[in-house]
This record gives sequence, C-alpha cells and structure tokens, in this order.
Amino acid sequence: MTESVLRFESVRKGFGEHLVLHDVELAVPAHSVTALIGASGSGKSTLMRCANLLEEIDDGAIFLDGEEITDPRADQDTIRRRIGVVFQAYNLFPHMTVLDNITLAPRRVHGVGRAEAEAGARELLDRLGLADKAGEYPDRLSGGQQQRVAIVRALATGPRLLLLDEITAALDPELVGEVLAVVRGLKEQGMTMVLCTHEMGFAREVADQVCFLDAGVVLEQGPPEQVFGDPQQERTRQFLSRVVAAGRLPR
Amino acid sequence: MSAEVGTPTAESRRRGGGAAEPYRPSDRRLAREAYRRQRARRSALIAALSTAATALVLYLVVVNSPGWQRTRETFFNAHYAWQALPEVLKGLRVNLELMVCCGVLILVFGLLLAVLRTLRGPVFLPVRLLATVYVDFFLGLPMIICLLIMITGVPALRLTGVTTDPLLLGGAALVLTYSAYVSEVFRAGIQSVHPSQRAAARSLGLSNAQAMRYVVLPQAVRRVVPPLLNNLVSLQKDTGLVSIGGVIDAVYAAKIITSQTFNYTPYLVSALVFLVLTIPMTRFTDWTTARLNRRQHQGGTV
Repeated sequence: MTESVLRFESVRKGFGEHLVLHDVELAVPAHSVTALIGASGSGKSTLMRCANLLEEIDDGAIFLDGEEITDPRADQDTIRRRIGVVFQAYNLFPHMTVLDNITLAPRRVHGVGRAEAEAGARELLDRLGLADKAGEYPDRLSGGQQQRVAIVRALATGPRLLLLDEITAALDPELVGEVLAVVRGLKEQGMTMVLCTHEMGFAREVADQVCFLDAGVVLEQGPPEQVFGDPQQERTRQFLSRVVAAGRLPR
Repeated sequence: MSAEVGTPTAESRRRGGGAAEPYRPSDRRLAREAYRRQRARRSALIAALSTAATALVLYLVVVNSPGWQRTRETFFNAHYAWQALPEVLKGLRVNLELMVCCGVLILVFGLLLAVLRTLRGPVFLPVRLLATVYVDFFLGLPMIICLLIMITGVPALRLTGVTTDPLLLGGAALVLTYSAYVSEVFRAGIQSVHPSQRAAARSLGLSNAQAMRYVVLPQAVRRVVPPLLNNLVSLQKDTGLVSIGGVIDAVYAAKIITSQTFNYTPYLVSALVFLVLTIPMTRFTDWTTARLNRRQHQGGTV
C-alpha cells in the first residue's frame, strides 16, 4: 500500500490528569473513508482536533502525506491549508454572506482573485443544490443548508483531506439525509475523509475502515463488515447493542 | 374568555379545508384579533393616564415649591435665553470639533490597544505589558486630573516645539483617557466572539492576524456599537471640561453670560443644545443596529 494521507503514530493526549488519547495508531489511505465511532467522551473529537492542530498532542506523531505535522518547527498555517474541516455546529461566519464565507480562504490564504474564487464557489454551491443561496447570510438558512455550505467552504481550498466532526449531530432526521448525500457524493469523487459519527448505518455504508474508540484507546479497527458484523471485543459488542437499541443502527 | 374564541365553528373548518377557495380568516382568528386590539387600546389608555398623572404631580410639586417664582426667573428667562443662544452656539463649535477629532483618534487608538493586548507569542510580551499598564493607569486616573496635568503641566516644562494651546492639550488629555475606556469596550467585544469562530478560521488556513482581521474584529465591532455610542455621548459632555484651561466652549460661554447677568438661563440653553445633538445620535445608532440584525437573522420578536 502506498503512503497514507494521514497517519497517527502512538499519539497520546491528556487534559490534566485525564488521558483522552492513549497510544492511538491509525492510518488513512488515499481516497478512503475512515469512520470513527464510540461513545461520547471516547476521544473521537479530540483525535480530529489533533489532526488539524487545534490541539497539541503530548506524545507520538501525526503525519500528513508522510510529513510530520506535529513537529513544532512545521508551519501550522500551511499544514491547515491542506486539511478541510467541517464542524458539528457549522461555525459559519455570521457576518458574511454564504459566498464570502466560501471565498474567504481561497482569496486571503491562497491568493485567488475575487472573480475566480466566486466562480469556483458558485460551481460548488450549484453542485450541492445551493445556487440560489449565495447572497444569503448563514442564519437565514436551515441547519442542513448551513452544514452543506460549511462543506463547500471546506472544499473550496481543494484540501487533501477532509475531517468531518459529527456533522449531522445538530440536525433533525429529515436534514441528516441531505448532508449525508453530499458525503456520499464526495466519496464517489475519491475524496479522502475521516468522519466521526453516531449515524452507524451511514458509517457502515460509506466507510472503508471503521475505528472503534473507547476511553481513548482504539479498541477495534477494520472493514465495516467485520467491526459491525463480527466485533472481536466485548466492549464493541456492548456499544453496538446499545446503539441498536437506540435505533441508530438498522439490523 | 368567551366560548367562540375556543371552538372553531363548522363553517370556519370547511373554509380552512377547501384549497380552491381564497383564504378567509376564521371566526377564531377574528375574535383573537379583536381581543388583542381591545387589550392594546386598554394598554395605551393606561399608559397615557399614568404619564399624565405623573407629569401633573411633578408640575404641582415644582410650581408649589416655595422658591418657584425666583427659580423661574433665574432659570427660565426668555430674554436671557435669546441673548445667550448665539454665544452658546459659537462655543458649541469648539465642543463639536473636539468631539469629532478626538472621537476618531480614540476609536483608532482604542482598537489598537485592544488588539495589542490580544497578541500572543513571546516577542509581543513588552507590547502586551505596556498596553495593559497604559489601560490600567488611565482607567483609574480621574479625567479632571489628567486634564490639569496636560493643560498646566506640559506648558510648564517649556519644551520647544510642544504646543501650549489648551485646546490641543485638553484634546490630547481626552484622547489619552478615553482610549483606555474604549479599548476595554473593544476587548470585551473581541472576547465575546465564540472561540469556535477562530477555530473555523484557523482550520481554513488563515493566520492568527487574518482570523482577527476578517472573522473576529468585524463581529466584535458590530457588537460594541451601542456601548461605544455611550462613550461618544459621554465624551461630548466631557469636552466641556476643556474650559478649565480657558477655552471658550458652550458651557464656558454660558458661564460668562451668567457671571455678568446673575441669571442661570444660559446654562439651561447649553444643556438643551447638547441634548438636541445627542438624542438623534442615539436614535440613529439604534436604527442601524436593528437594521443589521434584521439582515443577518431570521425575524422574530424574542
């Protein structure tokens, strides 16, 4: 297999006494989708934030395309440019129109001209069925529309890797579908993605690799058929049965 | 509550169900609206009555006070008011010029101080420290003492090339003190922007400075417009303090006339002139803030 796009090497991270990530090993091959599952507080979001350098790790290393990004000498800004992030709470900029939200990074970080950036943004918006929303302010859109705009914003810089952090957790069931459809489309185009989610059915369908985290430890890792169909660990079985009981994973 | 309000009639239900027929408000809606109108009329009536009663009591207390005749002569004299008005207006020019020039400088300087205090990194430690000490010092220093030091202290140094004009020195004192206040307002605004906004900006590859410039500051400044206006109104009043250096502004012009005539009406005139300026300013800011909110957010009354 070729060099992974993203690779965690015995990553350790704690907040005070509390250890959140415990020697995490993870490799994300190019054009693959990795789903992180696990209970709240298992370290999924922290893992994501570490990958985007929003948190500093205590030990170990994280590599992006073979280059160590946790090296304190590395330029954080140039690394972040290669990673797109979509947040649970969208985090759109409320004082800017949809179009300005999307073109901010291309224009200010990548030095693309206004006309070119806007043309690119409109094309992406059009693909996601948001063409008529370009001039709106984020707070006037529905949750699903806002999250799709956030995805467009993350894509607009042409990232090497997309991190999706519980992107449907704040949406009602009707709107979850439209956002997940976008992720499916991105997978077809060969985008490398890491997503953490509570939508187990979706994780099973879209992921090439599923990673079960429990108390900061990667307890189980493998193709979705294996993790969901034949879990090796007792904790994984417990977690999945609870998820089924909650109606999050169709049998 | 009457019975019609609670239960829809059979007729109104039929109307609501038919898609082809144009919409006609149901009896329930009409009853509800009639009730609301009645409540509104009642509220307006109560408000008017209570205002009138309060005004009447105040008027009677003032008019029946033992010194009212004399007070009316010394504070509400039309003759002296007309005599004072042109002088006061001439003085007001000084206040306005001070307010505009100092206001601009204060905004720039205050914003700069606030941003300096948010800088991270070891290189900026002295800058951060200086800005903090500056703000702490001028927040605590009484305005009047700052003015006295500037107006009387600086000329006493006899520095060559440094002005001794009390207007300029007084203006400088205003800028020094008010920049500290305004920088605290800006800093509060910057801190009120949720950290997730900065995280989103940084994750897009924006540098710390770019995140500040394009994401944090625009939201922060918008939020602090109302408190900034408070500072502007208060600055306008404090421009009158420059008169301690002998500058003839609106208040000092009134004082001159009063000391000649022993009538206090000119003071009232200058007070009115200040009010005429500040009230439209407050209304204007309310209007712009409301307009911005309407554009950015969904409608709704809560």
